[in-house]
Amino acid sequence: MSTTLPSAVDLTPGRPAALTDSGTLVWRGLARWRRDPGPLVASLGFTILIVLIFAYLFGGALQVPGGGSYREFLMPGMFVMTMVFGISLTTIAVAEDLERGITDRLRAMPVSPLAPLVARAVTDMLFAVVTLAVLLAAGLAVGWRAHGGAGATLGAVGLILLLRFALVWVGIFLGLVTRGQTAVVAVQTLEFPLGFLSNAFVAPATMPAWLSAVAAWNPLSATVGATRELFGNPGWGGDSWAAQHYPWLAVVWPIALVAVFLPLSVARYRRLAG
Amino acid sequence: MTASGAAIVAQGLRKRYRDRFALDGFDLRVDAGTVCGLLGPNGAGKTTSVRILSTLLRLDGGRAEVAGFDVTRQPDQVRYRIGLVGQHPALDEALSGRQNLVLFGRLFHLGRRRARQRAGELLERFGLDDVGERPVRTYSGGMRRRLDLASGMILAPAVLFLDEPTTGLDPRGRNEVWVSIRELIRAGTTVLLTTQHLDEADQLADRISVVEAGRVIAEGTPDALKARLGGDRIELVVTDAADLATAVAQVRRVVDDEPTVDADRRAVSVGVGHRAGALVEVLRALDTAQVAVADVALRRPTLDDVFLHLTGHRAIQEVTA
Ligand SMILES: Nc1ncnc2c1ncn2[C@@H]1O[C@H](COP(=O)(O)OP(=O)(O)OP(=O)(O)O)[C@@H](O)[C@H]1O
Ligand SMILES: [Mg+2]
Repeated sequence: MSTTLPSAVDLTPGRPAALTDSGTLVWRGLARWRRDPGPLVASLGFTILIVLIFAYLFGGALQVPGGGSYREFLMPGMFVMTMVFGISLTTIAVAEDLERGITDRLRAMPVSPLAPLVARAVTDMLFAVVTLAVLLAAGLAVGWRAHGGAGATLGAVGLILLLRFALVWVGIFLGLVTRGQTAVVAVQTLEFPLGFLSNAFVAPATMPAWLSAVAAWNPLSATVGATRELFGNPGWGGDSWAAQHYPWLAVVWPIALVAVFLPLSVARYRRLAG
Repeated sequence: MTASGAAIVAQGLRKRYRDRFALDGFDLRVDAGTVCGLLGPNGAGKTTSVRILSTLLRLDGGRAEVAGFDVTRQPDQVRYRIGLVGQHPALDEALSGRQNLVLFGRLFHLGRRRARQRAGELLERFGLDDVGERPVRTYSGGMRRRLDLASGMILAPAVLFLDEPTTGLDPRGRNEVWVSIRELIRAGTTVLLTTQHLDEADQLADRISVVEAGRVIAEGTPDALKARLGGDRIELVVTDAADLATAVAQVRRVVDDEPTVDADRRAVSVGVGHRAGALVEVLRALDTAQVAVADVALRRPTLDDVFLHLTGHRAIQEVTA
């Protein structure tokens, strides 16, 4: 061989590389976007389209509580729904790496077992930030406004991203435990009830009692309710304990989800070895 | 490396899936710098053993050492020293060939600059430099395989695992991959190769282990395995079908073994042990009986004959590419 090959001896195996490896894998995610921006652009375009449909098509059909602006009522629900429907992006990406053998390749290399999961979370959060920025712009364009001041507005944005972060870990876990098309079906059967059994578009008070309780305690409702308060947008109110404490629940729920699904995902990843 | 010079040692490996054992007392020893071919029917446990040795799968019993390190207790040491080319190419389809290699180089902690340099070297060496910037999704099967091989040798691995590296390739693609593998072998890498193609094992392997039902049932050089079958065979074809009966009678007279006859091909085949001189005697007898011979060959048993003998069935037919 003409070239000198770097061999294992030149390296310092065993050094903690979780951070470096995560960085490298985030670089991979960004490189994929640069190579192939189509799906991202399509996803953002779809987001805008949905906002327009809801703003102009369904505009008259909904009775806004307290007689406020329909679009101001609408947008916090749209922000949070979009975060929920991001779960499938995460799940599909994780399942695809498993299916294509990329995960096995990484596992046969001296890559920190945390890195692929952390990198997935970071990459998806970067996309969530971009998506949310586009959504906020679209909201402003159709007449939505935040009235709560800079601190409250930042707080609301933070809560939305915190929920997305929690859902990323749910998505990673689902991607690790399901395969192929099953992953897509599994995650969509989760997204729809999670999305619609909430206070995003329908008043929990108008639902049958047990559905109303489910909707009130839905983590999504907490974030929607809390951001409506922080943005100063009209909401349903409600006298359940949950509805009275949405800002707290909007913090506690995501933390609880991360506390459950992050360790589950790591454990599952380690169990890929059987 | 262990003092004994073995690059791979597996002792009594067991792996259970629910109620059945995929590996059940699997023993293997591959000397450093040699190529070992793992042959076996579908479901024999070839992939399972490769996955255990490359730290992808936990073992349920036995022990294994690769490049001098225990796969269970020192997996990261093993991972720095192996390359794995699985049964299906494992590449990022959206990235270019070069980006894939840079990615894997950086994950081996080569650093950005050296990873880039190494990617360039490998692309050139595997004849991929002109397609290096194209996304892998646009590659042919052979190009993918070569990129996959290149990804398996970012660090010039001490031990390379190749699980059916040419399955699904046409003869030309297969040949390209063989050339790449031979180059690696020359560089001193120890190779464990599983294959369905017996000619592939014959071409590349120093020693062969035949796997069946989760254990190695025979081991040796290709020649030694063939010799077990008791030597050579004469195969002859007569020009005129009317001479076939005479030819069989003459062969019977000269050789102890009972000939087999293929009337359609006007062919007679007979085992002659290690008596190469039998060929001359048979031809002389046929000449005396005035039988015209269209074709005659003294042929070694093939690995396919070995496989048939050991496992009771033929190796998988060549998959049409
Ligand atoms: N994940 C799994 N779950 C259950 N059984 C499995 C699993 N993986 C392999 N097996 C079983 O273990 C046995 C050995 O499989 P393995 O893949 O090692 O065979 P192989 O020799 O590589 O076969 P092939 O030539 O078809 O690639 C088979 O009976 C297979 O069905
Ligand atoms: Mg196999």
